[in-house]
Amino acid sequence: MNWGSWQAFWAMGGYGGYIWGAYGAFAVVVIVEIVSVRARLLRARRAAASTRRRT
Amino acid sequence: MQALNPTTPGFRLFRYAAPAEFYRLTGRIIPFIAVLAALLAAAGLYVGFFVAPTDAQQGEAYRIMFIHVPAAWMGMFIYVVMAFWAALGLVFNTRMSAIMASALAPTGALMSFLALWTGALWGRPAWGAYWVWDARMTSTLLLLFLYMGFMALHSAIDDVRRADRAAGLLALVGVVNVPIIYFSVQWWNSLHQGSSITLGRAPTIATPMLAAMGIMALAFWAYCIAAALTRARAIVLERERGTEWVRALTGASA
Repeated sequence: MNWGSWQAFWAMGGYGGYIWGAYGAFAVVVIVEIVSVRARLLRARRAAASTRRRT
Repeated sequence: MQALNPTTPGFRLFRYAAPAEFYRLTGRIIPFIAVLAALLAAAGLYVGFFVAPTDAQQGEAYRIMFIHVPAAWMGMFIYVVMAFWAALGLVFNTRMSAIMASALAPTGALMSFLALWTGALWGRPAWGAYWVWDARMTSTLLLLFLYMGFMALHSAIDDVRRADRAAGLLALVGVVNVPIIYFSVQWWNSLHQGSSITLGRAPTIATPMLAAMGIMALAFWAYCIAAALTRARAIVLERERGTEWVRALTGASA
């Protein structure tokens, strides 16, 4: 175990801003991509359900 | 409806069947890959933050490596895969190839963005600068622009088949950038450090650090596969809208 307390964990030896800035961006990017890609699939499904036969 | 190229009946059947089969199959396997990605990420982050020791030179700042390196790898690798599918699409004119190339581009762009962003936040404590016009960073920025160019060009052309060909050509031309990124730290005198892992040589970092990075790399792999395949499914539906199998699938009325 590296950290004596949660405070020490969040501080990351003084590098907390850099580390959480990097990991935070990573989390945001992944969440945004998951949400948007699932929304696109749902949209495509709905659009397909309301499309008439191709001629 | 798009005109079909004259083909043999067997090949035409294959063309029609491929997107339907792809949609069905990926619908089954994506959940497993997604769960695998989440489990690997949890394990990798645990090892990275709670098992891997503090680095003697960099203190805790080096822990950015666990997402920086996998993101940079995936940014490069996805580009190669995208160019491969684009080339297949250009040569054989198969539908799924172009769909795969289009599905990979946004994920690749996000990975190269993450590589740049996390690199900047690591560069500041390690070198004292968020950004320098170093060979590796500049070529990685070019990689991001290539992804964005691919997407912009594709969306700028209305005819999907033409958009596939034009963007595919751009993807192919841009592939020369990937070896430049990879070898940039050897070819030019670079501020960016060399590889910690080289094939055939002992790694230059401690075992738990290496383990955390390896597990995170696997997590990134699984994540990118799940994200790109889900996007590919959406593109399949968008393009195949109105065909018999999509109508059957979605219960569209006649």
